[in-house]
Amino acid sequence: MSSAGWTRIALVAGLVLLLEALCRAGVIPNFTVIPPSAMAQSLWKVLASGKFTPDIIATLTNVGIAIAASMVVGIALGTLLQSWPAARRVLDPLFATYYAVPMYAFYPLLIVLFGLGDLPQVAIGFLLAVMAVIINTLNGLDRVPPVLVKAARVHGLGFLKTAHRVRLPYAAPYIFTGFKLAVAYSFIGVIGAEFITSSRGIGYEISFAYNNFDNPVMYAMILFILALVVTVNMSLHAWEKRLLARRRRA
Amino acid sequence: MKPHVALRGVTRVYPGKTPVYALGPIDLALERGEFFAVVGPSGCGKSTLLDVMAGLASPTAGEIVFEDRPVNGDVPPGIGVVFQEDASFPWLTVHDNIAFGLRQAGASEAEVARQVGYAIEFMGLKDFARAYPAQLSGGMRQRVCIARTLVLKPRLILLDEPFGALDQQTRLLMGDELLRLWRETGATILLITHALDEATMLADRVGVMSARPGRFLDVIATDWPRTRDSTIVASESFGRLTSRIWTLLRGESIRALGRA
Repeated sequence: MSSAGWTRIALVAGLVLLLEALCRAGVIPNFTVIPPSAMAQSLWKVLASGKFTPDIIATLTNVGIAIAASMVVGIALGTLLQSWPAARRVLDPLFATYYAVPMYAFYPLLIVLFGLGDLPQVAIGFLLAVMAVIINTLNGLDRVPPVLVKAARVHGLGFLKTAHRVRLPYAAPYIFTGFKLAVAYSFIGVIGAEFITSSRGIGYEISFAYNNFDNPVMYAMILFILALVVTVNMSLHAWEKRLLARRRRA
Repeated sequence: MKPHVALRGVTRVYPGKTPVYALGPIDLALERGEFFAVVGPSGCGKSTLLDVMAGLASPTAGEIVFEDRPVNGDVPPGIGVVFQEDASFPWLTVHDNIAFGLRQAGASEAEVARQVGYAIEFMGLKDFARAYPAQLSGGMRQRVCIARTLVLKPRLILLDEPFGALDQQTRLLMGDELLRLWRETGATILLITHALDEATMLADRVGVMSARPGRFLDVIATDWPRTRDSTIVASESFGRLTSRIWTLLRGESIRALGRA
């Protein structure tokens, strides 16, 4: 590992130890933050009890659906728009302001539309994620060298096959960036929405524990999300590096 | 005998406020199995000529007939194209790049393995079958593109300055390989190049194009034996032919430069 990597690990470990010391010394009272070691213990107990397994499954399922839907819709719309410049010129300024819109403001509307089940959460995750996929798909497709599209025509490929066999594979590293963002946004959207009006999920349980002054459970679930998201993102990063290695000039 | 491919009055104009007359009119007939080279000053419409012949672009006027069928805006089966730019697919291995067209055409995996294996051997890519294009030199990547074209057994191969990005030695050697595959496949070849020596060494006939809009000033027969190779660059008639082409081309190149 690089020295920056070791320094990073030391930094995180140092901060955790500092927090532990401050909590143990009573500088930070236990009803505000519990020591990290107590969070880990509590997380272990909570996971072993299986009490929150349905919540974890519900959250992960909704995040998964939001990711999958945003990928399918985002890639399809990106491909369509890239080959339809007139529509793209109309929509581009709207895309640029898209992330200025606080999606959670639409939560009441989504409940009216989709009811009180899982759909509003999935919808928020999807809405946050899909634009990142569209923008990165467009960005990748813009970079396809014209000679590769010519080569596709020489091989007799039509529009859909050229997209599927040549243009999207070329754009894959850029679409992967969109995928990473879609994963992050889906977690943010779904878990955030669970805080508002939901009857299950990790976000709901954190909110419930908070309202009942149940610090051990609240911090256990926060730690769980943190560990989960960091692991997922690091795995994606490693996967991306492997995919890119073969494309890079030796 | 009927020509393998014929162009009659082929013209290409890019429309606009001031239309650009890019090409023609061009009249050309290639015999089956002929090696024809096109040289011309830069910007004379050589690449446009190739695009129109391949069916990648439609002529504004005139017609192209390949094996008794008109070519217009679609690439007919039987025509293979090798481009100047690197057209290898960076996400596929050398093997899968070469297999691309065969799989597209629905060949069985056994057939793909056989054909690709032969092409890899033929193009000297044996040690690189599992490598990705990024790990290869420019010359190697161009071989991959040539192999990808060859496995489809095209009867007409159009090459647009395929060795333009390569150094002189590699170009001479690639020229030898091109002659070898031309002899073995019996395909008709049209090679576009800016290198006069390359045209003289490789072709049966060399078409010399004018500055834009490109048309043929003259077509010069080389009369080389079919079994020629790059050693003919040392022969006396090689120098004579090359200088004859240059005499034709010099004024045009000056005109093209003056306009650029």
